[in-house]
Amino acid sequence: MIRLCNLERSYKTPAGQTWVLRRINLEIREGEFITIMGPSGAGKSSLLNVLALLDDNWQGEYWFRAQAVHEIKRKQRSELAKRNIGMVFQSYHLLDDLTVSENIDLPLSYKDVPHRERQSLVADTLDHFRIVAKKDLFPSQLSGGQQQLVGIARAVIHKPALLLADEPTGNLHSSQAKEIMELFRTLNQQGTTIVQVTHAEANAAYGSRTIQLRDGWMVSDTSNPELQPYEAVKQ
Amino acid sequence: MTEAGQPLIQIENLTKIFYTDEIESHALSGIHLSLNKGEYVAMSGPSGCGKSTLLSIIGLLDTPTGGRYSLNGKTVENLDFTERSRIRNQEIGFIFQSFNLIGDLTVYENVELPLTYRQKMPAADRKARVMEALERVGMAHRVRHYPSQLSGGQQQRVAVARALGGRPSILLADEPTGNLDSRNGEAVMELLQNLHREGATICMVTHDPRFAKHAQREIHLFDGKVVREEELKKLMADVHA
Repeated sequence: MIRLCNLERSYKTPAGQTWVLRRINLEIREGEFITIMGPSGAGKSSLLNVLALLDDNWQGEYWFRAQAVHEIKRKQRSELAKRNIGMVFQSYHLLDDLTVSENIDLPLSYKDVPHRERQSLVADTLDHFRIVAKKDLFPSQLSGGQQQLVGIARAVIHKPALLLADEPTGNLHSSQAKEIMELFRTLNQQGTTIVQVTHAEANAAYGSRTIQLRDGWMVSDTSNPELQPYEAVKQ
Repeated sequence: MTEAGQPLIQIENLTKIFYTDEIESHALSGIHLSLNKGEYVAMSGPSGCGKSTLLSIIGLLDTPTGGRYSLNGKTVENLDFTERSRIRNQEIGFIFQSFNLIGDLTVYENVELPLTYRQKMPAADRKARVMEALERVGMAHRVRHYPSQLSGGQQQRVAVARALGGRPSILLADEPTGNLDSRNGEAVMELLQNLHREGATICMVTHDPRFAKHAQREIHLFDGKVVREEELKKLMADVHA
């Protein structure tokens, strides 16, 4: 699905150049569930932002399916991201003055989805995530775990092929975190490719493969033999 | 539109009771408050005093248990859900402590969002509104950036622009500087003061007395009631004694 070749990212500071990502070579296959780990400042979030097509200041090659991302302009990158990628954030990024169903509807307002179809997609998603009863509540009336559930519902309502999550359970207690990870597993089994950044070993155990970063370098890449990627299982 | 002399917000004997496991907690016990168009008011008080509950009710995110609330001459305490949403969308702009920008949308898209959402507005008008709002907060040069490429202070400016885009009659800010360092906090306060000079009505919740002083008028809450400043000092002294 994704291939990064010699991808590098750096900042210019008065003291010189600071490297954030160094010669990253990474292949992500359809249906994988990948965990990116490493200490703070290792480049995890930077890598996720590059994958999400939110960042343009990198060198190297980035292939998304047959598309050479390094050769296309910002506008096309945004289009590509909106069609194919969903994002989940540690702090949920919900709008506090919109209800649960309005928050879930948001990504659809950026696609040319007819109004009636939007309504039925929102209804399906509420149903799928078992939050129909919460649809008219505001985020402040929900627990953290429920807010993240809404955050994930919003990220997947347009059925993206790739789901990116930056510390999705970082603000949750462990039983809520477990529920969120179970949900990721289900989404992955239904065919969504997932890349998550996390500090928690417990979360990494849900992934089919773990990548370790240190000071911007990829220092290890190990597969979890018990959890083969969905596509491999299917074959 | 508000007629001259008529308050924008008029609250009488407002109460809010939360029920949890058959225990009643009185978050607000008889609030009287009136706020005129063009005023800049700060609400402060210790945590649990009811200031955020009051802001939620003023913002039509929550309903009172009892009392009266009129906004822009309209009685709003007993409206149904849809009507409340409609009025909220037209009349109220929110600014939150944690900015609440969406990370995978650009600055422009974040500000445009509330406008695309409910109002049938021609694309050209929408664009003009978004750019106007971003210019007012000094962020027009960052339209294509993503939130992660901005400092906290810049993110809060974008959030203020998002609140301004709908041309609300009142801006409600809940601890707008709570996640900012003091320099960025001051800059956001300065921005609110400028907006107030240009005619905006602002109601801000803060626990920081330095920032409360930026407002024209300070309202002190304690145990769900409005109290005078001297009274609050005495009550706080009693609590700590």
